[in-house]
Amino acid sequence: MDVKIRVENLKASFGRQEVLKGITVDVYKNMVTGFMGPSGSGKSTIISIFNRMIDFEDGAKIEGRVLFDGADIIKGVNGVELRKRVGTVFAIPIPLPRSIYENIAYGPRLNNINDKDELDEIVRESLKKAFLWDEVKDRLGISALKLSGGQQQRLCLARTLALRPDIILLDEPCSGLDPISTAKIEEALSELKKDYTIILVSNNTKQIARISDYSAFFYMGEMIEYGPTEALFTNPKIKKTEDYISGKFG
Amino acid sequence: MAQQKEKFVKFILTVFALSSLLFLFLIFAFILIEGLPLFLKIGLKNIIFGFKWAPTKGSFGIFPMIISSFLVTSGALVIGGPMGLSCAVYLSEYSGKKMKMLLKPALELLAGIPSVVYGFLGVIYIVPLVRNFLGGSGFSLLATAIILGIMILPTIISISFDAIGSVPKSYREGSLAMGATKWQTIYKVVIPSAKSGIMAGFILGMGRAIGETMAVIMIAGNALKIPTSMLDPLRTLTGNIALELAYATGDHRQALFSTGVVLLVIIMALNYIANFWIKKKRI
Amino acid sequence: MRIKPGIIDKIARIGFNAQAFFTVGILVVIITIIFIKGFTHINLEFIFSSPEDMGRHGGIFPSIMGTVLLALLSIVFATPLGLGTAIFLTEYTKESAFTRIIRFGVESLAGIPSIIYGLFGFIFFVIKLKMGWCLLSGVLTMTIMILPTIIRTSEEAIKAVPRNLRIVSYSLGATRWETVTKVVLTSAMPGILTGIMLSIGRVVGETAAVIFTMGSSLRLPTSLMDSGRTMAVHFYILAREGISMDKAYATALILVLSITVINILAYYIMNKVVSRYS
Repeated sequence: MDVKIRVENLKASFGRQEVLKGITVDVYKNMVTGFMGPSGSGKSTIISIFNRMIDFEDGAKIEGRVLFDGADIIKGVNGVELRKRVGTVFAIPIPLPRSIYENIAYGPRLNNINDKDELDEIVRESLKKAFLWDEVKDRLGISALKLSGGQQQRLCLARTLALRPDIILLDEPCSGLDPISTAKIEEALSELKKDYTIILVSNNTKQIARISDYSAFFYMGEMIEYGPTEALFTNPKIKKTEDYISGKFG
Repeated sequence: MAQQKEKFVKFILTVFALSSLLFLFLIFAFILIEGLPLFLKIGLKNIIFGFKWAPTKGSFGIFPMIISSFLVTSGALVIGGPMGLSCAVYLSEYSGKKMKMLLKPALELLAGIPSVVYGFLGVIYIVPLVRNFLGGSGFSLLATAIILGIMILPTIISISFDAIGSVPKSYREGSLAMGATKWQTIYKVVIPSAKSGIMAGFILGMGRAIGETMAVIMIAGNALKIPTSMLDPLRTLTGNIALELAYATGDHRQALFSTGVVLLVIIMALNYIANFWIKKKRI
Repeated sequence: MRIKPGIIDKIARIGFNAQAFFTVGILVVIITIIFIKGFTHINLEFIFSSPEDMGRHGGIFPSIMGTVLLALLSIVFATPLGLGTAIFLTEYTKESAFTRIIRFGVESLAGIPSIIYGLFGFIFFVIKLKMGWCLLSGVLTMTIMILPTIIRTSEEAIKAVPRNLRIVSYSLGATRWETVTKVVLTSAMPGILTGIMLSIGRVVGETAAVIFTMGSSLRLPTSLMDSGRTMAVHFYILAREGISMDKAYATALILVLSITVINILAYYIMNKVVSRYS
């Protein structure tokens, strides 16, 4: 198992409020790693550090190291460049007000890929991997706003795939979706992990149990437990983890 | 490379944003540079409180024009204020969707008609009306007030409408629930609550009326004395500038800029007061 | 004797109704008068030929061109400045003392009456910079005059673009400028265009600031340094000098029609925004 992301004693605070209190974890390549925990545990903050979207928040202070393939991504790299290699899917689908095709082509065009054939190929490939191609292949020109919620979210996933990132972050991606759409996304993730490193943030423990290979439980800014999903769920070592998984709080 | 571009873009945009300040500075600077010297040379009191305007002979008193500007503005408020407020009340409290869809574009159009057109129509229709029914030459304080009152209607209506609209629905419902009629509710509850916004609208209307030039010089008649009746002709501060700038030189020209300084001070004061009332309403 | 509150209520309602109709009525009357009196004197010859005998005969083509040139060139200068300022204030800075000062500057500019702009343009461009009465003096003066409108309407349009769209764009590896141009501005464009149209309308209707900067030459301006008239200026001179009532009405009609068309276009564009997001 290769380590894709190494986090060393990561701390984050906004003003006087400490949001992450020293996280150390290794995320492995080509796996789905689940980050679970109740609201306010800091999981979304870690994601915003991984994609450097935290740069847009005022007053955020970060300490510690985060390494992608051994390279520091907090100080060592430009945020814009990093985000081309890290795809993010957010809790609500956010299609751009343009066609399905242009939504997917947005990222590649930013990288000066403008050749029609190349873009056609990227769009098809991305939509196929997101399990959306069959449903939209005849109407790529229509506005993305016309798709259903579940379709829009898969579109957002396809959009990140168009950049051919190494890492895909998903922050509660199925929170507003119906069970069928959720299942489709989970199916897509299970396929995608063969080629990508995937981190799935969710407050839905059942989903984490369903599709993640490794799981981490976060609580109040600390990582309480981390390990192979099956072991963690059947035999949690720490009481708090067990309480969370069994629904005693959440 | 991309970072360089971003820095460059931010720099250009900053310069663009600063241009507004630059222009404001330039305007104030040059108006003051041209207008202040005469105050120092002749004396502030002699200009602002002087009664005689004969620039070629060394008299630069603009007091009659200051009074005329205020009279004309007050007249405009008397005519346009209540009607504008009523329209705003109508739009907000009585009218249905259809009327709203008709009135709003109508007001935009009314506001878009150039002041020279208002002045022209005022000369052709209002001035004779005043002359035939009330006497005098028709080129009068009254005629000017009427036309200016119409011109400031859109301003007063739209700001009052916003103010009335932001009075919470619960106020009206509470009043009606206690047995008040619609009119009583409007009169005793809605309008008092919207008071500061309405005041702001009136003050902005004042600002517009005092700054109005073209319509005024066409209708007001151009007399250099303080008007003693509604039918007397007059000259406003704006009129003073517009009527003589083209051919004034030397001290005469400087006097026109001094007029401009006085006008600017009055209008900026009105604008800041109005903005203050608008912000007060928001709290 | 106590009057029943119900009766006062009815009187009030009628009173308000009446005043609203009166207001609309004023507009109808104005437009009707101008239309009726001006319509008969408008023909192709009027639009395309030059004035003769100080405007007593002939057409107003030079004034039409003067208006078009003044409006278009002012927009060309004011739009980048105004849009750039709006982008700066919304996308490139947080609210701070600096932004408050700039907004103060913009609000102050907005409050200055047009005769003062005329005074300023006259002393600064015409006299001190020795440009004389010419198209360029007029353009530069009008640019400053319409700048606050463009800044205000652009800012509003940009602020109305949902925050999420920016987040998506950044997360896909776009820079700030790329996000602004490819996502924010494309969504805000209808609102921005509306502001531009409204400003054009203002330039077309303006007289005091124009006559003292661009001048009032009857000739067709062929270069930036030529003087010329706009329709509003021409109309004013015709009326003031009593040169020709017919030509005055005709000019007024074209003037009012132009502004009305511009306003309608602005409304049309604004409504496109509503349908796009619904």
